[in-house]
Amino acid sequence: MSQIVPIGPYHPLLEEPEFFTLKVEGERVVDMDVRIGYNHRGIEKLAESKTWDQDTFLVERVCGICSTSHPIAYVNAVEDLLELEIPERAKYIRSVVAEMERLHSHLLWVGLAGHFIGYNTIFMWAWKYREPVLEIFERITGNRNHYAMIRIGGVRKDILKEDIPDFLKAMDELAKKNEMLTKAVIDDPVLHARLKGVGVLSKKDAVEYGVLGPTARGSGYDIDVRRDAPYAAYDLVDWQVITFQEGDVFAKAAVRLLENAESIKIIKQCLERLKELPEGDFFVPVEEIPVGEGIGHGEAPRGEVFHYVRSDGSNCPIRHKIRAPTFQNLPSFKASCIGETIADVALITAAIDPCYCCTERMVAVDVDSGKRLFNGQDLVRLCQEKTERIRDKMKG
Amino acid sequence: MERAFYPLVYFLIFPGFLFTSIIGLLASWVDRKVTARVQWRVGPPWYQPFVDILKLMGKETIVPAGHKASFFLLAPLLGLIGVTLVSTILWVLNLNPGSSFVGDLVVILYLFTLPSLAVIIGGAASKNPLGALGASREMKLVLGYELPFLIAIFTVVVKIGSILFQDILGFQQINGIMLRHPSGIIAFVVAIICTQAKLTMVPFDIPEAEQEILSGPFVEYSGAPLAVYKLTRAMMLFTLPVFLITVFWGGLQFSGWDLLWTVLKYVALLVIIILIKNTNPRLRIDQAMRFLWGPVTVLAILGMVLAVVGL
Repeated sequence: MSQIVPIGPYHPLLEEPEFFTLKVEGERVVDMDVRIGYNHRGIEKLAESKTWDQDTFLVERVCGICSTSHPIAYVNAVEDLLELEIPERAKYIRSVVAEMERLHSHLLWVGLAGHFIGYNTIFMWAWKYREPVLEIFERITGNRNHYAMIRIGGVRKDILKEDIPDFLKAMDELAKKNEMLTKAVIDDPVLHARLKGVGVLSKKDAVEYGVLGPTARGSGYDIDVRRDAPYAAYDLVDWQVITFQEGDVFAKAAVRLLENAESIKIIKQCLERLKELPEGDFFVPVEEIPVGEGIGHGEAPRGEVFHYVRSDGSNCPIRHKIRAPTFQNLPSFKASCIGETIADVALITAAIDPCYCCTERMVAVDVDSGKRLFNGQDLVRLCQEKTERIRDKMKG
Repeated sequence: MERAFYPLVYFLIFPGFLFTSIIGLLASWVDRKVTARVQWRVGPPWYQPFVDILKLMGKETIVPAGHKASFFLLAPLLGLIGVTLVSTILWVLNLNPGSSFVGDLVVILYLFTLPSLAVIIGGAASKNPLGALGASREMKLVLGYELPFLIAIFTVVVKIGSILFQDILGFQQINGIMLRHPSGIIAFVVAIICTQAKLTMVPFDIPEAEQEILSGPFVEYSGAPLAVYKLTRAMMLFTLPVFLITVFWGGLQFSGWDLLWTVLKYVALLVIIILIKNTNPRLRIDQAMRFLWGPVTVLAILGMVLAVVGL
């Protein structure tokens, strides 16, 4: 006899509204589905009504946690359109901010993962370690979250020489704490029992679902935009892509914890370079955006962020397309959750570090029948009809 | 008249309901405070658990539509009565070991399962899939921990040769506490692990796992019935360690410095339980069963064998 167990739309486990329906037999999950769309904000459409400069700060609001990876991907897209080379100092600062964000995001995830398996001590400790990262953010950018550090052509603010020694010291301390936390997780036998072999996403499934970021790297799918299509200063510093072959929750946790160490390494190298580079040269002014289109990537803590912009030469983009990593990662639950127990499903869906508000898409549904109004073919048809209308107009 | 009056005072005021709930709520404050300090938080003031219970008492009691209110509302009381009776019996025996009351371990062990039974009945009666799931998990957990717990307690019985509390306390006063014997230590460790499960604390908080099934059996409860459950939990936090002290650690003494020693014994046991809670993740129910029926039961049997041999 199967039963439906709901997780959501409002659930203490999840910080955002989304709705998982688990079809269970006893404790075992035999089928699963997800419904999102509780938090749609129409940012892509909004971006078309704001200027190029405003959009940098608008896309920061796509996600509260990876709030700098969206602007970085966006300015990468605009700079791709402009074919603009930014100053070296700006590249290093962008990398510093992006890696700091990875640090705080991964620490936040480790804490939440601890909370999901009822290990609240890890939750509190990881979040305590995250605090100095936010304090540094406040010092160098003025904000703890939503740093507004990126602008088209460079960065908005310089990292001052007098801030760097404290910054380096904080990184050294964090490196020690992170090592301690990594050991505590990797050596704990109870955590092994709880995390190893749970929610395995095979490499084949990972490739087929097109998962990104730590989710992919935990399954042995070796992709990282920072290495594969370098932006900011990632080709100028020495670091490694962490991959694990197992594909279980433990591998994903280990990837994130070891990536933290890599992030600290990158930040320290960038800061050393910033000491040598002349201060003040951190952006090139951009007067006008010509007609054209551009694409930009960025490796957010959760995976690749993709932005596409198209310009008609005015002060706003006429199309802005965003794809956040969770959109790719989320459907992989079909491969990793089915056959597991309820106790593990919450953890497995959390292991992709989901960010649902980034993922929201609009679907038109007929309220009475509950049917979807437009499927893929309908949209293609609508598009062709519009082209026809335009063609007719041009004829007439 | 007098014969009916005294047991009622024992049951309702001291050392029964009122006394146990006050100390139990203080113990649950110690739990919250120590947990908070371990997690680098500040923690609540000492009266917080009292205020919580009072607040819940004043809230509306909602009975989910479409099923029997009687089971749903009587279940929490069942647990409360069970734990109050246990506490009364334990304290009366500890206060005057020579009293004519004949209480044995079996009665206590039966009464100790009432709170778990209450959770199962309440969860199953709530007609909520999460409540039903929590109830089924609790049932499995009870099956899991009762076996090693009984073996551990009966190790003491084998050692002493009696199931009467008077004899257990008397034996320990004359021959020294059970913890002096290897079999006693092993049984004590097993009993602490089972206590953790009886209290449904991490790593055995599987039945109510709020991150998985939204506190399971309690999901439909509100107001006074929920307060009764919380109170029962707090009283268990007091009664179970007292039970362990009585059986393994020489019982409770109340004269002079012994009083301080008694309090210290209790607090030490409490802090051990709290620290286990804070340094472990939650197990899955199948892992918990394997752990309790595997290594823990083997350990308990080992203790029993040692006791039979005479160590």
